[in-house]
Amino acid sequence: MSAAMDTPLLQARGVARRYAMRQGLLGRAVEIRAVDGITLTVERGRTLGLVGESGSGKSTAGRLALGFETPDDGDVLFNGEAVPRPRTLAWRQMRARMQMIYQDPLGALDRRLQVADQVREPLDIHRLGDAKDRDAMARALLQSVGLRADQGERYPHELSGGQRQRAVIARALATKPDLLVCDEPVSALDVSIQAQVINLLVDIQQELGLGMLFISHDLKVVRQVSHRVAVMYLGRIIEEGDADLLLASPAHPYTEALVSASPAPGRRARPRIILSGYPPNPAARPAGCAFHPRCHAVQARCRVESPVLLPLPDGRLAACHVAHDQAGHPKAVH
Amino acid sequence: MKAAFQSASLVAIKGLTVSFDGVRALHGIDLTVERGEAVGLVGESGCGKSVTWLAALGLLPKSAQVGGSVRLEGHELLGAPPALLDEVRGGRIAMIFQDPASALNPVLRLGRQVGEALALHRGLSGRAIRAETKRLFELVGIPDAARRLDAYPHELSGGQNQRVVIAMALAGEPDLLVADEPTTALDATIQAQILELLTTIRRETGMALVLISHDLGVISETCDRVCVMYAGRIIETAGSEELFAQPAHPYTQGLLAALPPLEGDRRRLDPIEGGVPEPWNLPPGCAFAPRCPRREAACDTGIPPLADVGTDRTAACIHTDPTAGAHHLQAVCA
Repeated sequence: MSAAMDTPLLQARGVARRYAMRQGLLGRAVEIRAVDGITLTVERGRTLGLVGESGSGKSTAGRLALGFETPDDGDVLFNGEAVPRPRTLAWRQMRARMQMIYQDPLGALDRRLQVADQVREPLDIHRLGDAKDRDAMARALLQSVGLRADQGERYPHELSGGQRQRAVIARALATKPDLLVCDEPVSALDVSIQAQVINLLVDIQQELGLGMLFISHDLKVVRQVSHRVAVMYLGRIIEEGDADLLLASPAHPYTEALVSASPAPGRRARPRIILSGYPPNPAARPAGCAFHPRCHAVQARCRVESPVLLPLPDGRLAACHVAHDQAGHPKAVH
Repeated sequence: MKAAFQSASLVAIKGLTVSFDGVRALHGIDLTVERGEAVGLVGESGCGKSVTWLAALGLLPKSAQVGGSVRLEGHELLGAPPALLDEVRGGRIAMIFQDPASALNPVLRLGRQVGEALALHRGLSGRAIRAETKRLFELVGIPDAARRLDAYPHELSGGQNQRVVIAMALAGEPDLLVADEPTTALDATIQAQILELLTTIRRETGMALVLISHDLGVISETCDRVCVMYAGRIIETAGSEELFAQPAHPYTQGLLAALPPLEGDRRRLDPIEGGVPEPWNLPPGCAFAPRCPRREAACDTGIPPLADVGTDRTAACIHTDPTAGAHHLQAVCA
């Protein structure tokens, strides 16, 4: 509990998660590497954005960070301590200080309970404060996310999507967590409401000094909230660095394609990199660099040799032979 | 080209209204689509952008009351005999939706499903169907087209299924394709592919496109002209570039300000406060007034009509002065 301030809030070191999947009725089991040895750090008061397409393993990475799943390789440290096995008492105690926000607030809320009661629930479970004060605490939490007391007395279906997500955030904040893992928290919301929730998350972080792992496919939203960004492709981090630097001048061709594919008003005439092919199947991972079949900068070496995530001169990390060659790294020395 | 009357607009919608159970959802839509044009319809959930085209094509449930006029090259479609509508739908105007999986029959081979449309609208049979289906699959960029004819929807990815749906829509050689959030369920790099495909097909066939989306970026990159909808009305129309460079209506301005930028300085987002009004609880005057930063007494007394605010652009707001040009928002109080 008394971690030194220089210990990162959350550290995942070489974490891997594999699943067995059977192909066809009688097919043999194939091993799927959903997360394939990733290392990431979330600092206190900072946000790490995790970007990738479906099947990239970004949501699994979030579940590993919270200890919902135990890694097959590597380990996850929270405040310098190993995250205990899931569903144990020690894990539950630790989980009070690490909370999750999902995409669908209606699915995360109990339809038969008033919102204020749901915000109070974690206070009861973790015995926070005096029982008689908890209603007032729940009201204060709702107020802190911009919900009125009378809205707290409503049921989830009586609130709009944005209000529901506020309620979910209030509930997540009840246990005064140090870490918030947000998995596509605004993807289901309309643009004008999205901005309200994004601002709320930024304010909360400034006020409470939370560390955040922000998982999303939307680069614009990720840039808005993140200090650092990590890009995942087929279970691996392929580029990581300062959010503005990485999205303004991507080093990895995949990040470049993602940035170029992100639609922005008024960017009609710009040249766009259209990736050919489809996100590869994790069950049939290409040899060499997993991205090479879709890469516009592919070289012979990319087809056989898997690139390692290494620092570039500007401080970011990239796993790409071409990017390192261009930056003047003759050969990866590790 | 089946166009008989070159004089009339391809599609002219006038005063289109839709009510569900006596509650008005669409309050008189005026919209024209010229041959070969790409028109974007943008707005938040519930603004009526999809209902407009479902109503125009007679695809709403019987309980919906539809009024006004929808003309295809001068021929009225509302209340037209079923035989005519059958010919129009798919043959003249095709429509595709967000989720390709639910637009395809899971137990029929893809080639057969596209073949159905060819038999129906083009009167092809036998070998001709298979050859033409293969050509369409190639046109929409499905790799290994000949073998994919015999595949089932579950064997293809979401992006490939959306290509099949587009192939099916193209089978009738329509003059207009209405695409309702065609890329919302797809990953960013696949979204870019599909938008590129729609643009290419439009260029090659001269087909007109109506793109319905909540995503201002998607609309901006694909369309010549944009209509912004709010609470069942069109509140602004303009050329794509003009609209995003200098939005005239405070709602459009708000939407753009709420969008996190992908490049340049990071700034705090300006959300539009509050939420979209319920159709049964609309404010007395301008529907946007309760959320509008420029609201004044006159906004609550009458509904502002869509008026010219410059060359080829209109806005429904008392603050947009027609004489001062679109970008000069002057307070013109009635």
